[in-house]
Amino acid sequence: MEEILRAAWAGSPDGSDLPTRLAVACARALPVSGVGMALMTDEGPAGLIAATDGAALELEELQFTLGEGPCVDASRAGRPVLQPDLARTAPLRWPAFAGGALDAGIRAVFAFPLRVGAIRVGVLDLYRDRAGSLSADELAEALSFADAATLVLLHAQAGSPVLGAVAVLDERAEVHQATGVVSVQAAVGLAEALVLLRARAFAEGRPLGDLARDVLDGTVDFGSVDDSG
Amino acid sequence: MAREQRLAEVFVELADTLVEEFDVVDFLQVLTERCVELVDTDAAGLMLDDQRGRLQVVAYTDEPARLLELFELQKAEGPCLDCFATGEVIANVDLTGSAARWPVFTEAALRSGYTYSHALPLRLRSQVLGALNLFTVGRQTLTDDHLAVAQGMADIATIGLLHERALHDQVLLAEQLQTALHSRILIEQAKGVLSARADISVSEAFSRMRNHARRTGQQLTSVADAVVAGALDHSELQPVVDRR
Repeated sequence: MEEILRAAWAGSPDGSDLPTRLAVACARALPVSGVGMALMTDEGPAGLIAATDGAALELEELQFTLGEGPCVDASRAGRPVLQPDLARTAPLRWPAFAGGALDAGIRAVFAFPLRVGAIRVGVLDLYRDRAGSLSADELAEALSFADAATLVLLHAQAGSPVLGAVAVLDERAEVHQATGVVSVQAAVGLAEALVLLRARAFAEGRPLGDLARDVLDGTVDFGSVDDSG
Repeated sequence: MAREQRLAEVFVELADTLVEEFDVVDFLQVLTERCVELVDTDAAGLMLDDQRGRLQVVAYTDEPARLLELFELQKAEGPCLDCFATGEVIANVDLTGSAARWPVFTEAALRSGYTYSHALPLRLRSQVLGALNLFTVGRQTLTDDHLAVAQGMADIATIGLLHERALHDQVLLAEQLQTALHSRILIEQAKGVLSARADISVSEAFSRMRNHARRTGQQLTSVADAVVAGALDHSELQPVVDRR
């Protein structure tokens, strides 16, 4: 994931078109024909962020309009929806979407929710013009792109630059527990709390896990100081 | 109670959680706790393949076990990782004699007070989905009977991960593993929120959420969701009374 972000960054020093660059890089790295990325808030779909080609754009908009489709399900249920053969599986599950997808020449869709536990920021959708599953390596690559996209959208929503390519899917429970604590202390949502934590760690040049432990043992309190990082 | 009877009870309990609205993290959590009890060990942890080339800890019975597992992941060394890499059982590792093979892990495990470690693979044919790790304090090794039960628990964990769905479906497996990872994160976030709101420790927060889930017949992740969303006030989550 770090490599993916670094490569996208290299072409976008101010970070303004990071989502588009990520989508393009994802379409190149994987055997897919198009990639779409949509923003999601607690209230529902909040608009398209990137689409690499006409079919991806069309299918993103179709699902948004219909309110049904693999990407909508992935986002709502918070789990990947992998559809290697749309012609076989989609008509029953998403009748309206299936027609549009097949008309647009799309035969497989792989939709990955962009989330960190309860924080849901969007969905990354891979489209392909032929049927077939992703291999284990391709799935790993797609999940890494999803992690990078999660980080980019998380910071984009909070209006904060992406600070350091530190994984959002941190394996340390402390980071996620501290996110919960900070959200209460600073009276903000979890997404903003995570951005606050990351910003503070980055500004102080210390590991995120260290800061998280300080939050948990009460050494650092995000409620007492007005420091929006 | 006879061990066979208790074993049957646990299997029923686990089977009972494999219903339609099934909570994978809660299931794995119960499984690790029952495993410690049935196999006569002191701590257990369960790691899953995150499909990004790493393992992540998704269930654990206590803090030292979790820390040791994390340590193993960070240092990329230890019996659980070898078990995951090879798909082979690595049981009855005497930690007083394992320093040559796993120097960093052995030191950390001894520091936690463990004397034996055991790792069992979560196996689906040729694929390894994760590993169940057991740690023992004291001098006794596990018998073949104990190890058979432990491997049975690891197999049940695999079945639980796949739920009742088609075992060949790699797609569903990917969906299920990702769900487990994020459910774990959600629960950690909720522990943080509840501990800050109720001014209690994160482990007490976890106990109260689990207790509430059991009492009201809800999934643990639903309770965690409600805590995070502010839909469940901390005053509704009662302190856990120790009934032992």
